Amino acid sequence: MSSSRALSLLSRNGSRLSSTRGKAHFTFQPSTTLPAALQSMEKSKMNLMQSVNEAMRIAMETDDSAVLFGEDVAFGGVFRCSLDLQKKFGKDRVFNTPLCEQGIAGFGIGVAAAGATAIAEIQFGDYIFPAYDQLVNEAAKFRYRSGNQFNCGKLTVRTTWGAVGHGALYHSQSPEANFTHTPGLKLVVPRGPIQAKGLLLSCIRDPNPCIFFEPKILYRLASEDVPTGDYTIPLGQAETVRAGKDLTLVAWGTQVHVALEAAQMAKEKLSVDVEVIDLQTIQPWDEDHVVESVQKTGRLIVTHEAPISSGFGAEVASTVQKRCFLNLECPIERVAGYDTPFPHVHEPFYLPTVHRVFDAIKKSVNY
Amino acid sequence: MALFARQIQSLRGPAALATQQVRLASTEVSFHTKPCKLHKLDSGPATSVTLNKEDALKYYRDMQVIRRMESAAGNLYKEKKIRGFCHLYSGQEACAVGMKAAMTDGDAVITAYRCHGWTWLLGATVTEVLAELTGRMAGNVHGKGGSMHMYTKNFYGGNGIVGAQQPLGAGVALAMKYREQKNVCITLYGDGAANQGQLFEATNMAKLWDLPVLFVCENNGFGMGTAVERSSASTEYYTRGDYVPGIWVDGMDILAVREATKWAKEYCDSGKGPLMMEMATYRYHGHSMSDPGTSYRTRDEIQEVRKTRDPITGFKDRIITSSLATEEELKAIDKEVRKEVDEALKIATTDGVLPPEALYVDLYHNTEAQAVRGATIDETIVQPYKTSADLLKAIGRA
Repeated sequence: MSSSRALSLLSRNGSRLSSTRGKAHFTFQPSTTLPAALQSMEKSKMNLMQSVNEAMRIAMETDDSAVLFGEDVAFGGVFRCSLDLQKKFGKDRVFNTPLCEQGIAGFGIGVAAAGATAIAEIQFGDYIFPAYDQLVNEAAKFRYRSGNQFNCGKLTVRTTWGAVGHGALYHSQSPEANFTHTPGLKLVVPRGPIQAKGLLLSCIRDPNPCIFFEPKILYRLASEDVPTGDYTIPLGQAETVRAGKDLTLVAWGTQVHVALEAAQMAKEKLSVDVEVIDLQTIQPWDEDHVVESVQKTGRLIVTHEAPISSGFGAEVASTVQKRCFLNLECPIERVAGYDTPFPHVHEPFYLPTVHRVFDAIKKSVNY
Repeated sequence: MALFARQIQSLRGPAALATQQVRLASTEVSFHTKPCKLHKLDSGPATSVTLNKEDALKYYRDMQVIRRMESAAGNLYKEKKIRGFCHLYSGQEACAVGMKAAMTDGDAVITAYRCHGWTWLLGATVTEVLAELTGRMAGNVHGKGGSMHMYTKNFYGGNGIVGAQQPLGAGVALAMKYREQKNVCITLYGDGAANQGQLFEATNMAKLWDLPVLFVCENNGFGMGTAVERSSASTEYYTRGDYVPGIWVDGMDILAVREATKWAKEYCDSGKGPLMMEMATYRYHGHSMSDPGTSYRTRDEIQEVRKTRDPITGFKDRIITSSLATEEELKAIDKEVRKEVDEALKIATTDGVLPPEALYVDLYHNTEAQAVRGATIDETIVQPYKTSADLLKAIGRA
C-alpha cells in the first residue's frame, strides 16, 4: 500500500525538478561569526578548493616531512585542490600514485608509521572501499594492537564526499557511517572554506589517523572571506551556526546549508526558532554540545544525505534519547537519504531537501 | 608522448605490408596484419587473414555506428542533455568490433565505463544507449543506470569502479567451465586498471583453476590524464599476467583484433586456461566529457593518429583498394547509419523519465514487497512495484 503522503512529498520535490535542473538543491550560507582568535586575521576571498589548497600548503611549509600523494594530485588534482603544490614542494613531496586505492591507503599507513606526515588523497569517497580494509583493520588498530609502540597518527586521508547534482551511484556517496563504526579513526566533514582550512590543518597535525571528507559540490560553490594565516579549528567540537530555542537541528557538510534554509523557512512560516548545529567532527562527536542544546529546546532532528538506516543520525538520536529522555517534547526525527543506492536520474527525490527537513520541523513542533 | 612517437614510427614500417593483399576469390580478399607480440607462447595468431565482402561491410557499418553514436553522445553532453559522466569510445572501435566478430553464441563480455559501443554491439539498440545516457524510460536500464551501467544478455556491463569487473569476469568464466560450455568471458579493462590489486587476484584464480577468461587490456595510452609510463612500472600489459600467457595486438586494425581473438578463444576453449591480451589502441576524446583531453597530450598527436591510424578510415582504405567494397556502397552505409542515430536521438531527447516510485524498485529479489524505510519522515513505505519491469507495465510502457 503506497502512502499518498509520500507521493505528495515526492512530487513536491519533483515539480522543482524541471526548474532547478542544473542548480544546487541549497544555497551556500557563509559563516557569519568567527572564533575570536580569527576575527583580527587578514582575510581573502576563497572557495573550498582554494582553502583546502591553502591548508595543505601551510601544512607542508611548517612540516618538512609532509608528503601528499594520490591519483592525479601532481598536476593539481581533478578538483584543483593540489594546484601548484608540486611546483612549490617538489616531486619527492607531491606525487601521483597509480590507480590503486588499497595501495594508496596501505602505503600511507606505512609512510605515517615510519614518521612522515602522510596526506593521502582518495579521489572520490565512492572509491574508498578497496581501501576499507587498510583503514579499518590497519590504520584504526595499529596503536591499539602494538600497545602504543607503533601508530600511524601522521596519516590523513582526504577524500571527496556527497551529492553533486549529477554524480549518480558512484560519485555521490557519503560513506562516513561506514567508518564511525570503527574506533581508532577520526572523521571530519567541513561545511565551508573557513572550517575546511582550520579542520584540515587540525587533522594533518592530529596524532591520530583522520579521514577528511570534502563536500565536492562546495568546491567552487562555497566562497567566503577566509583568514589567510595559519590557524586550526579544534577537532571534536561542534558549532552552533544558528541559535534558537524551539528545536535543535543537527547536520554536517553540505546539509548544514539545507538545515539553515529550513530553519529560516520555519521562522517565517511557523514562527519556530530552530537552532542549527554543525557537528564538524563526526568521530569523536561533540555529544555535550548537542545534549545541552536539546536540554534547552526539547526537540531534535538530525539530517544527512547518507541512507537513513545506520546513518550517523542513528547514533546521535540514540545518545540524545538516553541523555535527554525527560527533556524531549517529541520523538527524535531523522531526515536522510532513502535506503536505496544513490540514484541516477531520481537524485532530486532522494536528497533530504529543505522541504523534507521543514516537514520534519513542522511535525516535531506540532506533536 | 615518447611512447606514441615510438608507436607511430613502428606502424609506419609495416604500413606497406598491411596494404598487400591477395585476391583469393571474387568476394574474398586476404590481408596481412601486424604480427602479435607473444608472452610465454610459442606460436600465435596468423598474420594473414581473409575477409569477405559481407563481413567487410558489416564491420565497417558496426564501427561507423559506434563512431556516430559516440559523437551524438558527445554533442548531447555539450547541450547538457546528458549530465554526469560520459566516457566516449571514439578511436577504439576496432577493438570492440573485432572482438565481437570472433565471439560465438554464449560468450560473455564485461567491461568498465567506456561501454556504450560494447552495449550496442552486444544487442542493445542505439536508442537504448542514447536514451540511457539521457536518463529516459526508453533507455537500456530505463534511466536507472546512466552511462556507466548498461547491460544486455551475456554482457555484464558497464562498471563504474575501476577494476571491480576483473574478478567478476573470472567468476563468469568459472560458471562457463562448470557448465562445460565452449565459451569465454572477455574481461576488459584499461591501462589504469591494470594496476589494481584485483587484477592480480583474478589472474591468479583464473590460472589456478584454468578458467576460460580473456583478460583484455584496452591500452589507449592514458589512465585519465596519466600516461602509461607514469603509472606503470611495466607498460607491457600483455606480460603482466606473468604465468598467464599473453598477446599484444594492434588494436587499431580490426582484422588483427578479430584474428587474435579467434586464436585466443580457441586457446581457452581447448581448456588451456586464461589468456591476457593487450589491445594497443587510442581514444580521441578525453577520459570523459569533463576532460578536454589536451592538457596531457598535444592536439598534433591526436590529429596524427586520426590521419594515420584511424580504425575506420584504415579499414575503409583497405576494402576499397581491394575492391571488396565501393565508395558508393560505403557512402550508402554512412547515410543509413546517420539516419539510425538521428532517429535514436529524437527519442533520447523527448522520451519521459520514470516516475518517482522507480527510486526504490530493483532493490532486492523478494516475494513480498519490501518496506523502504525513511520514505517520509518516520513512515516506511512498502514498495508499490518491486522491479522496473513491474513499474513499466503499470504505466503502460512494458
